[in-house]
Amino acid sequence: MLVRSPQAALQRLFDEVGTVDQIGIEERVAKFGTRSIKQTAKVWGLKTAVSMVDLTTLEGKDTPGKVASLCQKALAPHDPELGVPQVAAVCVYPAMVRHARRALGCDTAVRIASVATAFPSGQAPLKTRLAEVKAAVADGADEIDMVINRGAFLAGEFGEMQDEIAAVVQACGATTLKVILEVSELETFDNIRAASFLAMRVIRPGDFIKTSTGKTSLNATLGNNQVMLEAIRDFYLDTGVAIAMKPAGGIRTAKQALTFLVAVKETLGDAWLNNRRYRFGASSLLNDLVRQLEKEKTGAYQAPYYFSEAAESY
Amino acid sequence: MPTLTAKKMSTRLSRPAPELIFGDLWEFDPAPESADPKLKARYELFIDGKFVAPKSGKYFDSINPANEQKLAEIALAGPADVDAAYAAAKRAYDGVWGKLPGRERAKYLYRIARLLQDRAREFAVAETLDGGKPIKESRDFDVPMAAAHFFYHAGWADKLDYVAPGRRVAPLGVVGQVIPWNFPLLMCAWKLAPALAMGNTVVLKPAETTSITALKLAEIFQDAGLPPGVVNFVTGAGDVGAAVMNHPTPAKIAFTGSTEVGKIIMRALAGSDKKMTMELGGKAANIVFDDAPLDQAVEGIVNGIFFNQGHVCCAGSRLLVQESVAEKVLAKLKNRIRTLRVGDPMDKNTDIGAINSREQLDKITRLVAAGVREGNEIFQPACKLPAKGFYFRPTIFSGVSMSSRVVREEIFGPVLSILTFRTVDEAIEKANNTAYGLSAGVWTDKGSRILKMSTELKAGVVWANTYNKFDPTSPFGGYKESGFGREGGRQGLLDYCKLV
Repeated sequence: MLVRSPQAALQRLFDEVGTVDQIGIEERVAKFGTRSIKQTAKVWGLKTAVSMVDLTTLEGKDTPGKVASLCQKALAPHDPELGVPQVAAVCVYPAMVRHARRALGCDTAVRIASVATAFPSGQAPLKTRLAEVKAAVADGADEIDMVINRGAFLAGEFGEMQDEIAAVVQACGATTLKVILEVSELETFDNIRAASFLAMRVIRPGDFIKTSTGKTSLNATLGNNQVMLEAIRDFYLDTGVAIAMKPAGGIRTAKQALTFLVAVKETLGDAWLNNRRYRFGASSLLNDLVRQLEKEKTGAYQAPYYFSEAAESY
Repeated sequence: MPTLTAKKMSTRLSRPAPELIFGDLWEFDPAPESADPKLKARYELFIDGKFVAPKSGKYFDSINPANEQKLAEIALAGPADVDAAYAAAKRAYDGVWGKLPGRERAKYLYRIARLLQDRAREFAVAETLDGGKPIKESRDFDVPMAAAHFFYHAGWADKLDYVAPGRRVAPLGVVGQVIPWNFPLLMCAWKLAPALAMGNTVVLKPAETTSITALKLAEIFQDAGLPPGVVNFVTGAGDVGAAVMNHPTPAKIAFTGSTEVGKIIMRALAGSDKKMTMELGGKAANIVFDDAPLDQAVEGIVNGIFFNQGHVCCAGSRLLVQESVAEKVLAKLKNRIRTLRVGDPMDKNTDIGAINSREQLDKITRLVAAGVREGNEIFQPACKLPAKGFYFRPTIFSGVSMSSRVVREEIFGPVLSILTFRTVDEAIEKANNTAYGLSAGVWTDKGSRILKMSTELKAGVVWANTYNKFDPTSPFGGYKESGFGREGGRQGLLDYCKLV
């Protein structure tokens, strides 16, 4: 007879998808940071990172005006002469989607992502969460960032967790879905890997798994990013289904972003080095990327106020 | 190489198996380390605290294995030079070093360690130029670890009353040492630090292809004011080594190198009252069980065999993997190896540098050809190699048997042989089925299995869920034909003293 405890359920899942050694993976990711990225490789990396940014504002005090200026920044992050690409998307609350759509227009490559499903806790009835997703899609969202039911996962109720994701996939229609695992609440690398597999089995090719909401103490780290990249790799090699990845929160500097990209290059390879397969959920990162690009061109660092430095002012 | 499930699916859906692309979409620019190694054009012998010309007046070239260019001329010692070195060591032992209180010796060792740290980048560059190892390894491992050995043994020098509880210890006298070319500076530190801390004086011969960092260390000894004759370096090839080992003066000899040479030395010294430590070859088993975290195990396998181009006596050159996960591990390993960067050792992004010498490259090439002739399945990534210099692609052999040459012989290069097993007992039997016994690795989630393996494996070091981890406090040494005696820790110190 099967033991029906959450731990037993998790153990069966670990046996199926494999486990992660914490010390081993931390040693592995420390090596990514020792890669020395210079000259043209650096410029390519910085520009690619810009094109992968989901420029984000998720605050209670967001206004249509702030969202509009965020959209302007997304369309033209800096002086066009520098050749800085547009970012991948703006990421806003559902209530701000229509303002973002108005600011961006319909004829744009910059996508609108919205954090639906009672973000960041997800603690609302499923019906409410689905309604929120549908409303955001109706208002013009191209991508939905949902949170998983961490409570169900930790209780070993994997069916419930996956059914909810599947319901959101339905509600999304043609809209891309990003599934936020909220890694800090899953607590272990083993759990992050297991939850990645559960999510990947019910989403579609091209959908994302995402580290975190940015609303808890610990967000994207090289370690949890790596666990998820390796899960994506194993799932792809097993099934041929390519899932995309989005680390979010905590990536503030260009140097960090380049290190994350090295991890992608050396784990998933060239096919993931684009914004259809990899994104950064970030707000202040964009300014540092642009500043480093400016420095590569001129050889000198500009003063902070040369860029719209604070995340507060776009 | 697709995994089993992917292969099944691909035949069912008749589409190509999914593959990862490790191409040149984001090629890294060269990132050469630029520090000045401060090399001299010519290096003399270091005898009695001074750099002196060899009596023969002969020199040999030390070349950079990465591009085959000459780096410096090294003095070729003869028997008369070895005599002079031992005479200086004897004088220093009788006159100064043997009588100096431990806390005074400690001051010199601390000073050497700090001076080495001060010049860490310079030494790292010199080590990489001379030996071919990647700069990231000499920078992050060899040089810091060498300094750590001097620090650790400096700490012991005034506490020797406690090294053998209930007993007193006394130095042996003059010690003769011969070291290999795979970790030139670090082996110097391993050998010198415990000998000096204990109050012995030393005549040491570095390997002929990698003498430079030892002679740079001699500059540090001068700067540190180490009394003349406490450490003497004589340089040259095997005949100089034989002269150092067979000389009547030393009370102890210590050798790190091949089992073949170790046997010759032991034969020559049979019947003498000299103490010996031998750190010889290895053919370590790295054992992966099916419950191991596979990605981290793969990382450990890569670190185990490709660290320092596989020029590591404790390299995990035999991979034993449980049958149920063998195919998966092989597939993961191949993908991982495709991302290794082979090339210019001075580039900060290089993972695998140059093979130490043409001779060694020839030996590796010969053994790999033998492995292919035996019918083993070979895998090498399609990486570009520099046109000049000694390079060898990381290589794995799968489907090999216990009797294969690539499983039995120490290759001392980036070549891994993969065997499979079904049960714990079979793993132990296969792991122990070798003339060597220096090290082993065990990868499993089950703690009790680790303890069982570590008692049953006949190996001096058993790593659990990691590989190639070193520390000055941890004794290192072999079973069987991997040698005897220990280096590092309290045990290592005891090999440099007599109990009175």
